[in-house]
Amino acid sequence: MTEPSLAARAPDLVCPAGSLRALQLAIDAGADAVYLGLRNATNARNFAGLNFSDDQIREGVEYAHARGRQVLMALNTYARADDPSPWFRAVDTAVALGADALIVADTAVMAHARRAHPRLRLHLSVQASATSYEAIEFHRTHFGIQRAVLPRVLTLSQVGYVLRHTDVEIEVFGFGSLCVMVEGRCALSSYATGASPNNAGVCSPPSAVRWQETDAGVDVRLNGLLIDRYAPDEPRGYPTLCKGRFIVDGERDYALEEPTSLNTIALLPELIRLGVRAVKIEGRQRSPAYVQQVTRVWRAAIDAAAAEPARYAVQPGWTATLAHLAEGQQHTLGALDRPWR
Amino acid sequence: MNADMEERDMAPGKREFRLTVGPVLTYWSRTELMHFYARVAESAADTVVLGEVVCSRRHEMKADDWLGLARDLRAAGKEPVLTGLALVESESDLRLLRRLAQDDEFLVEAGDGSALQLLSQAGRPFVIGPHVNVYNREALEFHARIGGCRWVAPAELPLRDIARINPPDDPVRGRDEIALPTEAWAFGRLPLAFSARCFTARHHRLRKDDCGFRCRDDADGLLLSTSEGQPFLTLNGIQTQSAAQQCLIGDRGALRAAGVSRLRLSPVARGFETVIACFERVMNGGADPAEGVRELRALALPGGLVNGFAHALAGVDWVA
Repeated sequence: MTEPSLAARAPDLVCPAGSLRALQLAIDAGADAVYLGLRNATNARNFAGLNFSDDQIREGVEYAHARGRQVLMALNTYARADDPSPWFRAVDTAVALGADALIVADTAVMAHARRAHPRLRLHLSVQASATSYEAIEFHRTHFGIQRAVLPRVLTLSQVGYVLRHTDVEIEVFGFGSLCVMVEGRCALSSYATGASPNNAGVCSPPSAVRWQETDAGVDVRLNGLLIDRYAPDEPRGYPTLCKGRFIVDGERDYALEEPTSLNTIALLPELIRLGVRAVKIEGRQRSPAYVQQVTRVWRAAIDAAAAEPARYAVQPGWTATLAHLAEGQQHTLGALDRPWR
Repeated sequence: MNADMEERDMAPGKREFRLTVGPVLTYWSRTELMHFYARVAESAADTVVLGEVVCSRRHEMKADDWLGLARDLRAAGKEPVLTGLALVESESDLRLLRRLAQDDEFLVEAGDGSALQLLSQAGRPFVIGPHVNVYNREALEFHARIGGCRWVAPAELPLRDIARINPPDDPVRGRDEIALPTEAWAFGRLPLAFSARCFTARHHRLRKDDCGFRCRDDADGLLLSTSEGQPFLTLNGIQTQSAAQQCLIGDRGALRAAGVSRLRLSPVARGFETVIACFERVMNGGADPAEGVRELRALALPGGLVNGFAHALAGVDWVA
């Protein structure tokens, strides 16, 4: 197979797998790669009922490899000070089970991976907060990372600028929940609950959430703090801290972020032109059916954009499916959209 | 110079805790800043971190202004440390960092991977800032190998983890074999998150690129409260801080046991001399911590005092 020129190369579609079923559906629906995590705090979706046992990873890797697809293992939290060994063991497990690459954030984990498995592919997780080509170069110099996932805070022109100044492959987020804060640098959740993405692989953990019926409607609290207050007929979202309603200067509003989802499907030809190597779908916590539907839409979109970029148009059917699936039923281009700044 | 400084950190008979005035995180006018640092120069503080950390658009102080201020503070007997933006996005952000990395007149505190790259490539020793994710000993050892000479622990790290990462009886050592001093976020609103979005501009219904510098209106940031009116967070441009001041003045023993030898005091717009004096009296003069807590509470800063992070609890908690 000849290598297509960089500018014309369709980016890999990287899809979330919170379970073996989701992995299989994603692959059948056209994912080039799936990413998954172990059932512990070593990954940033450390939720009950999610993630993989060693046997399931082995089975998943077999399923993917038999179809020419890849499995990436997310090991993207920070190793605990009292016992970092589960993180180092997870690196070794990933290699033993045949994962194609590790998605990593902690310099300690990268150092171990590089030392113990010099040929292992490392992808710099979004949780490592590399927002410039110099920060990416830092991780390439010391740990030989081959890909970096860019935080969802960069504009399209900033993404392009990074791409022009690095040889490291670049992956961007395409669709899913939107972190308005720079990933890997947000302690809002631990401030309210004690547990954060960096220290526990969770954000606004379900164990801290309380729904309370009141005369005026429904209050939702995170460890006792009132995050939102819904009128009886108002649609309710999951109380992610940054998406609650608060009072600033006497005005009650979504002070940080409205409960929208990121959707960059309209920008695909531009992302391809810039040389983005992979597009990531967020949502290991979502159902297998969700993953299947989103993967189908994005497979069709990437194929269309790569085949005839000039004639690319977002199909109404894609929009309808994604809108139906999106959190809060609203889409945003996030930072990629200029007016957002 | 730096080595001398660290030797002094460890010297017996000296004050046990060195006090660091953190960078001013909110947007103050040049005049306010000059008055503030004139008072700091007269205070018990040992180290002063200078530079704009939060927003590349803030322009009251140019790079040369910070350098001039650093020289003045050094002349007043303080150790100046320069720092730059915590969120680096553009080439002009990188240019400022390159300048910091190349000029070896002052020690520099690294705020992100870009700064780490430029400082380590330049072979410069540096302070590992609070926004660099060091959560275990192996990570601290790595950063020490590439030039880290002092460690400001991430604000959410409990003291028991700080003790595991850089224990006083088996400290991580820098390239020069000198033990890395640990600094903890001992006072001030906690730096909880950074975004590409400016929340202050958003609140005023303005675009970030055309924000009118409204963050200058709020010397201590914009208070965000829950729908019940409970002070919760502070909006400071692209940064989200706690509304409350983290305050570890009551944790002298635990700080000592964790090997913390430096205390970061993050500036507030009023009463900051009281904060420095209070910490000096309690942490280095043996005064009653309860007295210090009372005095700091009397400043009536919004949000009150918290210390949950230090105790491995929610940051918003207070352990008496």
